[in-house]
Amino acid sequence: MTPQPAPQPARQPQATVGTPRSRVDGRLKVTGQARFAADHGPADGIDGIVHAVLVDATIGRGRITGIDTRAALAAPDVLTVIHHGNAPRLPYRDNSFPDSIHPPGERLRAFQDDHVRFFGQPVAVVVATTLEAARHAARLVEATYDAEPPQLDLVTAPAHEPDVYTRGDAAAALASAPVQLEMTYRMGRNHHNAMEPHAIVARWDGDRLTVWEKTQWVADPRNELAAVFGIAQAAVRCYSRFVGGAFGNSGRTWVHSVAAALAARELRRPVKLVLSRRQLYFGIGFRPAYEYGVRLGSERDGRLTAVVHDVRGETSRYERHSDDLALGRMLYDTPHFRQDVRLVPLDVNTPTWMRGPGWSTTATALETSLDELAHELGIDPIELRIRNEPADDPATGQPFSTRRLHECYTTGMREFGWHRRSSRPRAVREGDWLIGMGMAAGAYPAESAPAQAHARLGADGTVVVRSASSDMGPGTTTSMAQVAADALGLPMWSVQFQLGDSTMPPAPVHALAWTMASVGSAVQATCDRLRRKAVALAVGDDRSPLHGVPADEVVVRRGWLHARADPRRGETYQQLLARNGRTHLEAVGGYEPPEEIRYSMYAYSAIFAEVAVDARLGIVRVRRMLGVFDAGRIVNPKLADSQAHGGMIGGLGQALLEHTVTDPRDGRILNANLADYLVPTNADAADIRAIYIEGVDNEAAPIGVKGLGEVVQVGVAPAIANAVFNATGRRVRDLPITPEALLMPR
Amino acid sequence: MFPFTYTRATSVHEAIEAGERGGRYIAGGTTLVDLMRETVERPSALVDIVGLPLSDVSATPRGGLRIGALARMADVAADPVVRQTYPAVAQALELSASAQLRNMATIGGNVMQRPRCAYFRDVSAPCNRREPGSGCSALEGYNRTHAILGTSEHCVATHPSDLAVVLTAFEATVHLVGPEGRRATPIGHFLLPPGDTPDQEQDLRPGELIVALEIPPLPRPLRSGYLKVRDRESYEFALTSVAVALHIRGGVIHTAKVAAGGVGTIPWKLPAVEQHLVGRRPSPDLWGQAAERAADGARPLVHNGFKTELLRRTVERQLRIVGGRS
Ligand SMILES: Cc1cc2nc3c(=O)[nH]c(=O)nc-3n(C[C@H](O)[C@H](O)[C@H](O)COP(=O)(O)OP(=O)(O)OC[C@H]3O[C@@H](n4cnc5c(N)ncnc54)[C@H](O)[C@@H]3O)c2cc1C
Repeated sequence: MTPQPAPQPARQPQATVGTPRSRVDGRLKVTGQARFAADHGPADGIDGIVHAVLVDATIGRGRITGIDTRAALAAPDVLTVIHHGNAPRLPYRDNSFPDSIHPPGERLRAFQDDHVRFFGQPVAVVVATTLEAARHAARLVEATYDAEPPQLDLVTAPAHEPDVYTRGDAAAALASAPVQLEMTYRMGRNHHNAMEPHAIVARWDGDRLTVWEKTQWVADPRNELAAVFGIAQAAVRCYSRFVGGAFGNSGRTWVHSVAAALAARELRRPVKLVLSRRQLYFGIGFRPAYEYGVRLGSERDGRLTAVVHDVRGETSRYERHSDDLALGRMLYDTPHFRQDVRLVPLDVNTPTWMRGPGWSTTATALETSLDELAHELGIDPIELRIRNEPADDPATGQPFSTRRLHECYTTGMREFGWHRRSSRPRAVREGDWLIGMGMAAGAYPAESAPAQAHARLGADGTVVVRSASSDMGPGTTTSMAQVAADALGLPMWSVQFQLGDSTMPPAPVHALAWTMASVGSAVQATCDRLRRKAVALAVGDDRSPLHGVPADEVVVRRGWLHARADPRRGETYQQLLARNGRTHLEAVGGYEPPEEIRYSMYAYSAIFAEVAVDARLGIVRVRRMLGVFDAGRIVNPKLADSQAHGGMIGGLGQALLEHTVTDPRDGRILNANLADYLVPTNADAADIRAIYIEGVDNEAAPIGVKGLGEVVQVGVAPAIANAVFNATGRRVRDLPITPEALLMPR
Repeated sequence: MFPFTYTRATSVHEAIEAGERGGRYIAGGTTLVDLMRETVERPSALVDIVGLPLSDVSATPRGGLRIGALARMADVAADPVVRQTYPAVAQALELSASAQLRNMATIGGNVMQRPRCAYFRDVSAPCNRREPGSGCSALEGYNRTHAILGTSEHCVATHPSDLAVVLTAFEATVHLVGPEGRRATPIGHFLLPPGDTPDQEQDLRPGELIVALEIPPLPRPLRSGYLKVRDRESYEFALTSVAVALHIRGGVIHTAKVAAGGVGTIPWKLPAVEQHLVGRRPSPDLWGQAAERAADGARPLVHNGFKTELLRRTVERQLRIVGGRS
């Protein structure tokens, strides 16, 4: 099943890729020198910034009947209040895929009509010369409404036509299955809660717009703002050098960015707008809530014969955000499978991607249902999964490029001490605590997208590589420098990777765990090209010690170009450039995914959790977690650990804590702050460990990676839920699992 | 934030004068500034009192404990006298808020802190506490964290303080000084249930300043402790909590002090539990029987019904933890 390894383009030794490296920008970040979107100002040549604050609707649906701005305008330092009554009509040109990642529908517009579509929708923007004045004046704007009761009930609201996937005859197979189970799982709405709030500084110079924006894709604000204002994409420039966490919430450009750019245009002054923590609960997207029905049919030995998924997921009324819920189609060898996914339009703002989008949602339903089946049949949950392990992708029939899930299981069992788990629930007790272990599997597509890069070798022997990617936290700036350093045969410190400027060579949205596969491959190709250029210059230069050596026989180590056979015969990049009177050498290059994909390519996870549940008080504490990942090559184990630990802690939140609460009467979000929306604290995240199964996947990407950032959260929540069952004997099918669900009778 | 003036009081006298003129005291600011940002609080004049000499923590002559109103939560929690004589006080403080907040926040401010009800803190929602007569949004709204005891049709928000639960269990005295001089009042009278006047949270007269909180001497040996039940391990208000102190002599409980948090509109003293314990011998059965009385009179709402049973179990657990080693 192991495919032929693709030929490696570079025969360069690997010196930094695969080694643990600290973030190259770590010092900047911990000393406060890294400037995030809202930090931009005079130091970047942006003078005379004024401050914008949004006014949010306080009804769940309806119309604005009036906006009284007199008190706001009379307050000191206030410059303007823009709302639908005085805002210019904006062109709002279409901006659809691939220029944007908007879901289908009509995007929310800034102050273009009197409709209120959800609680918190911006109805006006106040601009003042100080932030305090703008905030205060925003409170003084009096909007009146004609309110209607919003539709907010995922379970009872009418749904769109289902999106149906089917293979075999699931209904018939289910009916004749010797073992049948039926369950419904519910998952609460989650918000990303990145540390950095969304922020933008917008400045017009004539008809040209520059924005410093929090984004996972500098092309998106550029394209969206160009479309909204009816100007050329080239007339907009977006910078985003540092991002303080995003988890998917900064993939698309939200309406507040338009509001800021609009205010800047009206006032002819640079405008800064930062969403408040509260506004982050309705001003940007979220992981939608789901109701996820599962029916399983199996043989007595546990082999699945039929799986049916009936899913309802929330979206807004104006756009259709759909997560990719395909995990159930490919994880197990299920001949008969049917999945109906219904989007339910509600009076909410549009959801968006959130870490492990879709895949972690389906994992919760699928992997809990497998645990239920294992219990029903008295089969060990891992054994059950192994019995259903497919030979080829059951959805496409394609061979897997690499699938080391079985190895993830066996490694996890050994390292976690799975043999100590009691198959009988509620069998292990330590004082007041019931102890249980659970596990779950997961997968996430190993995808890639076209990307380009530019590399420039200077006369001093240092290199700058650039690509319009972003770094929302995984350490892209660091890992790309590692890839470039190896391709160029340089130490890491002499390579700098720059990103976050829309005029750089294009890169895809920094999401879907595909940046290393896409941009990393582009960086490698570009740097290979640059190295070969230098080598060609050397071997063709009769003053070079390398003159006449076949180019293929030249390698570079620590900046020393030399003949492979004779390391002493060589020279440095500096010597080469100086002698040839070159100020620099440069190369552009890129990566294109293959047109035809012949393999089924995924990263895999096996997550193990041990929980303690207070038998009488119902509180759950995760004692330890182990994630075993098959993610192909690991470029930087230190950064990988911070990804994996963060993803697993995110999954812990999904399982036990995180739930955005909406008031059904008016759509008000009741925990729109970090005191009431509970994310795990350090005390909740005790003992967390990640193991990476060794191996590269050369089908998935030229640099052998399958992507790690998403799969690390897939399977975590069900592993914890399954451990709670093992501890207590109580199956909780609603996430998050709260003490009230576990207050067991005496 | 609405505009305000800011002055720093250099003496208690000066503070009270400013307070009498309508100035609002600010200590650590961890409650007040948050609420000013949300425009829930709109004081026009702030009087900073942190410089006043009111932060002493000391044992009283007969074995009680006096905590200055301006002592910081972190300092009180770390105080050796507190830890030795009333460990429940230190426990309640250490289980409160976060280390950063405890470094700023004061004991007086802690007792005075305002409800965490989402509707109270959102000025676009009706709330009787904020705007008497506008209605209570929580009654028919989302009320998982709200009170089951001491509620009225006008308000169902809990008193959020952990420390105040211990002070209520121990029947502490609030020492006040105001334009008319000094006075002292039991904490059980100082914090007011909402009744028909939910906007009156304390028995505090214009210009009055809390100068200290005093725990009366309790018979020794005394075992005490505080237990807090919450969704996450740290940095969250209580779903339920219990403070217990027991004086056991000759195998018999002579004194029992019990109060609960997270369940009442004020910290909830549990006299029925106390009475059931006094004169009896500790036993697992006794803890269970006494705890059965913990939720007497509870009136659960739509989402907080679980608190009734959780409260009983929390009380039972903490009785066992504190009294169990006999
Ligand atoms: C995120 C968060 C989590 C928290 N978690 C907890 C928790 O788990 N448990 C808990 O118990 N608390 C918790 N708190 C509340 C915190 O303990 C209080 O905010 C703090 O104790 C208030 O003290 P302060 O000195 O900052 O008060 P301030 O904010 O300065 O004042 C609060 C109020 O008291 C008045 N006041 C202050 N001092 C006096 C005085 N001497 N006399 C008369 N009036 C006075 C002020 O006028 C004001 O109305 C939390 C707070 C936050 C923000």
